[in-house]
Amino acid sequence: MSKMTLKTEGDRYIIVTRRFAAPPEAVYRAHIEPELLKKWLIGPEGWSMPVCINEARPGGKIQYEWTNGKGGDFYLTGGFVELVPFSRIVHIERMHLPDPTPDNHVETTFAPDGSGTLMTMRMTLPDAATRAAMLKTGMEEGMEASYVRLEGMI
Amino acid sequence: MPNLDATFQALADPTRRAILARLALGEATVMELAAPFDMSQPAVSRHLKVLEGAGLIVRRVEGTKRPCRLAPAGIAPVDEWLDMLREALTKNYERLDALLATMQPQEPKDPP
Repeated sequence: MSKMTLKTEGDRYIIVTRRFAAPPEAVYRAHIEPELLKKWLIGPEGWSMPVCINEARPGGKIQYEWTNGKGGDFYLTGGFVELVPFSRIVHIERMHLPDPTPDNHVETTFAPDGSGTLMTMRMTLPDAATRAAMLKTGMEEGMEASYVRLEGMI
Repeated sequence: MPNLDATFQALADPTRRAILARLALGEATVMELAAPFDMSQPAVSRHLKVLEGAGLIVRRVEGTKRPCRLAPAGIAPVDEWLDMLREALTKNYERLDALLATMQPQEPKDPP
């Protein structure tokens, strides 16, 4: 349960750390191979990622599209800056809600940790307006999930 | 947006966290806040100044007193967003754990 930490660094960055019981090679691959990404990078229950474009090379493009199959859709675009196989990924991403959010600069590192991996992700803290837009989207998703649960009850 | 540096610096001090905990019960004067701490009123006032600068408390004027109360808007919006992020990442990484387990089976045992 205490595998993940999330903290702010100054007022501009967020640092997330997470341990995984698999070597860096597997964790790294799960971050760039579309068939693997589609299985885990999907957020709340009930969502899926029908479009996952991931050109894992410097300058390569990123496009992820999520849907809940009920008219809830949003997507993310971006690009790779740097990739060091099995140890480091630097990329830029922005969400479209539907207006694009300011660029989020993300640096992810994968370090051997015993027989597993310590992942550290440093990302840009979005400004207040972006956070508000994301919260609004998140709340709509949350409400949708509640309605689905309600439908199951009645 | 609130200045997170100031916010986290303000929250880093145990006395200031205790002051905030007291204020969560309701408005209080400097004298009331100083009472439980073995601390002079000027020292408490300095802590209050830091909390006020970080937007965590607000003060009003009542004669010669300046009672303090919590300013929930100071940190709530960032907290709320970070909570949402934490929840989304937690779910994603739990799924990733399951996926990694299928990619990376247990240490290979000797073949039967």
